[in-house]
Amino acid sequence: MVPKWPAISRDAVAPQIEAIDVSKRFFGGLGRESTLALAGLSLAIDAEAPSIIAVVGESGSGKTTLARLLLGLAEPTGGEVRYRGTDLRKLTREERRAFRRDVQAVFQDPYGVYNPFYRIDHVLWTPVRRFKLAPSRAEATELIGEALRGVGLQPEEILGRFPHQLSGGQRQRVMVARALLLRPKLIVADEPVSMVDASLRATILSSLRKLTDERGISILYITHDLATAFQVSDSILVLYQGHLVEAGATERIIAAPQHPYTQLLISAIPRTHVARDWLVAEDDTRPGGATLTAEGCCFADRCPHAAFDCLSAPPALYRTAPRRAVACVQFRNHPALPARALGEVLHFTPVVPGAPCDEPFEHSRQPG
Amino acid sequence: MSEPVLRVEGLSVVFDHPLGKVQAVDDISFALAAGERFGLAGESGSGKSTLALAILRMIKPPGRIEAGEVKLGNTGLADLDDEGMRALRLARIALVPQGSMNSLNPVLRIGGQIADAFADHGLRLSRGEEEQRIDALLIRVGLPGSVARMYPHELSGGMKQRACIAIATCLRPRVIIADEPTSALDVVVQRQVMATLARAQQQLGAAVILIGHDMGLMAQFVDRLGVMYAGRLVEVAPIAEIITRARHPYTRALIAALPSLETRGALAGIPGLAPLLRDLPPGCAFHPRCTLATERCRIEKPLLRCVDGAEVACHLA
Repeated sequence: MVPKWPAISRDAVAPQIEAIDVSKRFFGGLGRESTLALAGLSLAIDAEAPSIIAVVGESGSGKTTLARLLLGLAEPTGGEVRYRGTDLRKLTREERRAFRRDVQAVFQDPYGVYNPFYRIDHVLWTPVRRFKLAPSRAEATELIGEALRGVGLQPEEILGRFPHQLSGGQRQRVMVARALLLRPKLIVADEPVSMVDASLRATILSSLRKLTDERGISILYITHDLATAFQVSDSILVLYQGHLVEAGATERIIAAPQHPYTQLLISAIPRTHVARDWLVAEDDTRPGGATLTAEGCCFADRCPHAAFDCLSAPPALYRTAPRRAVACVQFRNHPALPARALGEVLHFTPVVPGAPCDEPFEHSRQPG
Repeated sequence: MSEPVLRVEGLSVVFDHPLGKVQAVDDISFALAAGERFGLAGESGSGKSTLALAILRMIKPPGRIEAGEVKLGNTGLADLDDEGMRALRLARIALVPQGSMNSLNPVLRIGGQIADAFADHGLRLSRGEEEQRIDALLIRVGLPGSVARMYPHELSGGMKQRACIAIATCLRPRVIIADEPTSALDVVVQRQVMATLARAQQQLGAAVILIGHDMGLMAQFVDRLGVMYAGRLVEVAPIAEIITRARHPYTRALIAALPSLETRGALAGIPGLAPLLRDLPPGCAFHPRCTLATERCRIEKPLLRCVDGAEVACHLA
């Protein structure tokens, strides 16, 4: 079904959302050390080539900080976030309104976002009213119904109910439907399935995938779970303590991780193998490497390959394959990748069937 | 198999609710061998945490244990008075509750909280002895002895969870029940905490009941797994059997719902929703979500029966 929404004129020049060398430092109180939450990351999200980018890392890796910076909920302490070429801090009223519409968020907790006194309809009607999405009540109802059906919900089962009458999975999908109403270019989804039962995760993730494939919405999928990232995303960014350690095409990263941290993350996922090798391998995950230095690699203290070079300077980002980059000195015989060029690795050119692609992979998943 | 350390017989827990009786745990029986790691898996609301609380006689009104008995060694827990039960908890059967790392007292040092457990169970120790035992406990869970003088906020999530394991094992219990001990932790820390639990368990020779929904974690940790659905055990089998040839369609769905790292597009949810416990469908509670359901499944409730080495409650197994 083709949505009967009017086309929105796009400024073709600048990417929709662009983070340029953004960093965020939280300052402690008097005499306390400051914390670097995100160190100089550049990322461009182009509306012309929608894709799902997964941002993966453990707690404290800076992934939520990145989401908040891109949503304009936090101000960077270095660099800038641009919307259609303009710094978020310098948007006019009109532009800010367009930004608030083009970039939507879905948060982790599908319980906390609802006011228990209002029916579900409230969260769907508010954007319709605020952004004057429909000229009449009938058309608004139609629009809301369509958004709900877009995430696999039946409007008659949802509307008129109170939040406590819906399951966590349904509530989270209503949040995606709410984002969908505004026809965004980008949805920033911060751990959208971590509080939902495993059996419902698949439904939510496949409805996100459908938004990208069928409606051309880019999604920044923020998660600590590499397995779900593998299932839905086109490319992956791995963060560790605010630093980008590895980026590239999803399939390649999962099949053959290059950064020692990514390797550790993947090996730590308990698998349903008959071979019980998970706990046996635990000992090598212990800290025991070199002592961290302020100027060296942030992973040196846990890295089994840490060498003298790791402590003297932060590793550059090396491009080990057309669609892969890794910040580790083990790969220094590869060309260094300028931070601003990360987009080339994340592959933002439109996916045209038959177009040359260095590491082709099939979208074998069935939207459903 | 040696004499079981814990035996649960026909245990049922109901919650009285204005709209009717809710059967949260329905006629559960299993036995736990000494040193065994037993897993209990199922979706949220399947009754696995309630079962853990019922074993410890910690169900609060409006819930109550309706039937069944729990035997710890030769002691029938139903025969004990409240004081006897209190003395037995932690000393012989310990619980690491869900989110326990947030249950540490924020204004007490870790050492003090372990000392509390000693004092509460009538262990009179000199100051030196006490410090020594706390130190040994912390080392057993892989924490430096200095943690004893630290407050919970000074510890990371993984360290707090290890401190909880130290408290749970401080009186050398025979059985440790761990209810989703790693649900809020990162994968790397999760593996460290589970390894800690495994080491502590092996040193004590204690049996462990691990409650959770991550089939990957179960596959790597437990020896035998019980799968719960709507308050009933639907399958109990050695873990290798479950992984290679699960008999119950629900067990297979739980395994399939785990996102794979090998093949993309294999992400499958379990269709439908878990049933309301006060309004269970007739016959097999899983039949509305089961792709294989037959007429018999809609009418007749399947009972747990032995099918070469495994126990399954499914007409089709």
